[in-house]
Amino acid sequence: MHVVIIGNGIAGITAARELRKRSDCRITVISKETDYFFSRTALMYMYMGHLKFEHTQPYENWFWQKNKIELVRGMIESVDFAQRKLFLSADSQTVVYQPTLLERLTKVASKPATSASQVRDLSYDKLIIATGSVPRFGDWPNTHLDGVQGLYSFQDLEKLERSSAGVKQAVVVGGGLIGVELAEMLHSRGIHVTMLVRESSYWSSVLAPEESALVTQHVQKHGINLRFGCELAKIQGTQKVERVITSQGETIDCQLIGISIGVEPNIDFLRTTSLETQRGILVNEYLETNLPNVYAVGDCVEHRIPPQGRKSVEQIWYTGRIMGETVAQTIGGQRTPYRPGVFFNSAKFFDLEYQTYGDVPAQCPDGIQTFYWQHPSKEIAIRINYRQDTQAVTGFNALGTRLRHATCDAWIRQQRSLDYVLEHFQEADFNPEFFEKLRLSH
Amino acid sequence: MAFLSRLGLYLLLAGFGLWLYTLTLNEFTLTPTLISSQLKPEHQATLGVRLQPLVQKTFQSGWEFTYAFDTILNNLNNEYRTAQQWDKVIYDEYSFAITKAAASGSLKQQPWLWFGLTFGLIVVGALLFILPALTQLAGNKNNGIFHDASTNRGWIAKIIGAFLILFYITLYYYPQYLANWTMLVDPISKALNGAEASRWFLYGFIYTVCVLVMGVRMAIKYRHNRYQQVRTASVVFFQTAVAFLLPEILVSLNKPYFDFKNIWPLDYDFFFDYNLNSLLQSGNLGIFMLVWGIALFVVGVPILTYFFGKRWYCSWVCGCGGLAETLGDPYRQLSDKSLAAWKIERYLVHAVLGAAVVMTVMVLYTYFSGSSSVLFIDSYSVRSLYGFWIGGIFAGVVGTGLYPMMGNRVWCRFGCPLAAYLGMWQRKKSRFRITTNGGQCISCGNCSTYCEMGIDVRAYAQRGQDIVRSSCVGCGICSAVCPRGVLNLENASENSRVMVAPEVLLGNK
Ligand SMILES: Cc1cc2nc3c(=O)[nH]c(=O)nc-3n(C[C@H](O)[C@H](O)[C@H](O)COP(=O)(O)OP(=O)(O)OC[C@H]3O[C@@H](n4cnc5c(N)ncnc54)[C@H](O)[C@@H]3O)c2cc1C
Ligand code: SF4
Ligand code: SF4
Repeated sequence: MHVVIIGNGIAGITAARELRKRSDCRITVISKETDYFFSRTALMYMYMGHLKFEHTQPYENWFWQKNKIELVRGMIESVDFAQRKLFLSADSQTVVYQPTLLERLTKVASKPATSASQVRDLSYDKLIIATGSVPRFGDWPNTHLDGVQGLYSFQDLEKLERSSAGVKQAVVVGGGLIGVELAEMLHSRGIHVTMLVRESSYWSSVLAPEESALVTQHVQKHGINLRFGCELAKIQGTQKVERVITSQGETIDCQLIGISIGVEPNIDFLRTTSLETQRGILVNEYLETNLPNVYAVGDCVEHRIPPQGRKSVEQIWYTGRIMGETVAQTIGGQRTPYRPGVFFNSAKFFDLEYQTYGDVPAQCPDGIQTFYWQHPSKEIAIRINYRQDTQAVTGFNALGTRLRHATCDAWIRQQRSLDYVLEHFQEADFNPEFFEKLRLSH
Repeated sequence: MAFLSRLGLYLLLAGFGLWLYTLTLNEFTLTPTLISSQLKPEHQATLGVRLQPLVQKTFQSGWEFTYAFDTILNNLNNEYRTAQQWDKVIYDEYSFAITKAAASGSLKQQPWLWFGLTFGLIVVGALLFILPALTQLAGNKNNGIFHDASTNRGWIAKIIGAFLILFYITLYYYPQYLANWTMLVDPISKALNGAEASRWFLYGFIYTVCVLVMGVRMAIKYRHNRYQQVRTASVVFFQTAVAFLLPEILVSLNKPYFDFKNIWPLDYDFFFDYNLNSLLQSGNLGIFMLVWGIALFVVGVPILTYFFGKRWYCSWVCGCGGLAETLGDPYRQLSDKSLAAWKIERYLVHAVLGAAVVMTVMVLYTYFSGSSSVLFIDSYSVRSLYGFWIGGIFAGVVGTGLYPMMGNRVWCRFGCPLAAYLGMWQRKKSRFRITTNGGQCISCGNCSTYCEMGIDVRAYAQRGQDIVRSSCVGCGICSAVCPRGVLNLENASENSRVMVAPEVLLGNK
């Protein structure tokens, strides 16, 4: 059996690795972006000089040969689902790693049997599509000008490295997670950043007002100029961008515009095929598409019936990973439904860490009450949502403090009451030793 | 603030330049009195006579003087060797003492002035360079680390590394060329123990100053992290009070020089005859020191490591660890995380532990039996081989000299026999582990990159497995730099260590 995976992101790579644990089948992973898997989530740290590219690679280069996972660098241009055949761009090549002397001496890796060769088409028995997302771009005129870009791929980062050289002022459009990362990145190079945020406070579509206010203050304190209720109206410039005009009519000079208004499933090359798609590739709870032997995982997926409490398109690292694990079980012979369990996510806004477990929507739904605690002097806040009728906790938000995943997860699943949780709160404390112990009370 | 920082850097560089310049100060004259007071009676008629051409000749440079002296001594020894008169060969380390005694001039007369112009300027400059960081917002400060020539193996790192290597080689094997530098700290040495500074005093002084000043930097850099602050305060305390001051004070009270926190086999000469004799001849205190030293590694290491992991020593108490965690902090990201490096590490560090044990057993055999040969091997040459290659070249020249190229824990990771011993306990019998916070890891790699021990922390974290590794020194930096709050250093029941990655990470429940 030959399993081919399009996309070497977290979803595709997890599927490949987990499948290898379960099966001896031939596995090929194709990507147009980089030879080897790297963590997209670390793009910002590369730009800021915390890491180099090699540090963002969770597995060393010899790993793939050793685990008999074949890699191809190239772009899938089209798919013939009837013939089970993929057609690749002309520059597509197999990736073959030459181990270093040290790796050979220590018997970590051995010399490859083959050398890199061209690949124009590939046949599969099972296909996993894990093509991820592309940044949304909006339909403003002039987005083609030099200095207007999004941040998603390694190529985007290289472009940013070039286009931010010598820049004094930048505008970031969009107040989401990637937007604030872009702001922090540019700020770290001494660039003055203005962020245009459509909502009236930062990430208020996800964060409740108190958390949103806390993050807003924190970001402002770090020197970012936040404009709320403000959208991009026009981009001006001749060859390179020179200024933007906002929906409030204000003109802001800038030599760089970062567009971060969200991402869309990367499935354009599949639109005209027999594969059923809407926003993303439609899958059932087994991550199977409408076509036999074709599966989809990660950012590019749209669930026909989303798991309970989940969105149908959920573009985050963790869901990509869990989908990869799940599909590997199915293809490995044990048909397994995708059940991502209690939701969790995390982020960091400059120096402010954020973790969330369960459901904590921006507006408290009917029947749910909320407990919110904020530290009197530090940037620390905790929110616990719970059901009005049973008092059972339904979700946690933590800002500036760390909570224990397993504990929060168990409390939500076991429907512990708010009082119980407050009383046992220390069990969920995940801060390093000597940190202040938080005492929450009504 | 940027101005103060820049000013600090200039002062530091000026102080450093003047420090190098002090090597050229003083003039050096050998007098008959010096010969009669410094040379042993049996060498007066041999070496004493040979030195006559140097007498009353004034050298403007200490290095020329030392070179002239060494040439005469070496020639004499070569003559003895050619004549196979082995018993006459002179092994005494005259060169350093005589160079120092022959000096006169500005540095000798005004050591405080020059102390201020060198160490004074360096410390003030360094603090000025460091302190303005207080005006920045607290938080991880790793911006630009891999863009900077000093922290990314660039030209600055190469210069610093070359300087450190040269410094160690000279200090260990050619101390006579650093005689002037010891004069800078003579007043301090005299105040502490009554005698002029030896090269080891100079080294201890510089070492402690580095730990202090860079400890301040560390405390400021991590002022948002109490674990780092407390830990830094601890290593600074142990280096300053226990490793540097206390032994000097003991010496001034006519007690044996003793560093209470140094543990065999890192302290490889603990069982050497001269140390045992000195302790045994020092009454109750000496016996206590002997028992203390043995108890530390027999009982102290297993018990404390059981409760806290090896960090109780490696990143809270140890002197090598202290330097690594302060002076070495800017270089922690340079450690090699590859599997190849881990393989080499496991062989090497355990081989050194084995060598230390064998060497010590031989030395003790000689001590008790009086016979210097053990199975036809001379225990004295084994011990001096160990001292030269492991104690000197590995721990010092390579261990510290390569900070700017291979990270700050080269010795601790690849060479330290005590670390290997502590590591065995940590892995097999300890409550310590780094807990992974469920599924929150985004595989970004910050933890692995900033792990000074080259542990691929992420490999465990992204699988939801706890990090239980014999080499982990518990510095806590992986936890500090993780942007998702994934890692936590904890002590808890041994059985609760998650050693096998969960089948599926939090999904599919
Ligand atoms: C800057 C940034 C920061 C982020 N931070 C976080 C975070 O902190 N937490 C979090 O949960 N999520 C974060 N995300 C989102 C997260 O990275 C994504 O959800 C995740 O990477 C998606 O993984 P994937 O495997 O589905 O797709 P991808 O990682 O996008 O991988 C898809 C791969 O397929 C390749 N590909 C696509 N089409 C083709 C084709 N036709 N031929 C060949 N190759 C193709 C692409 O080039 C790409 O390499 C972040 C995203 C970005 C951009
Ligand atoms: S694993 Fe973490 S605590 Fe242990 S040595 Fe590495 S960085 Fe320090
Ligand atoms: S730093 Fe944290 S999130 Fe990043 S790889 Fe390490 S454990 Fe995972």
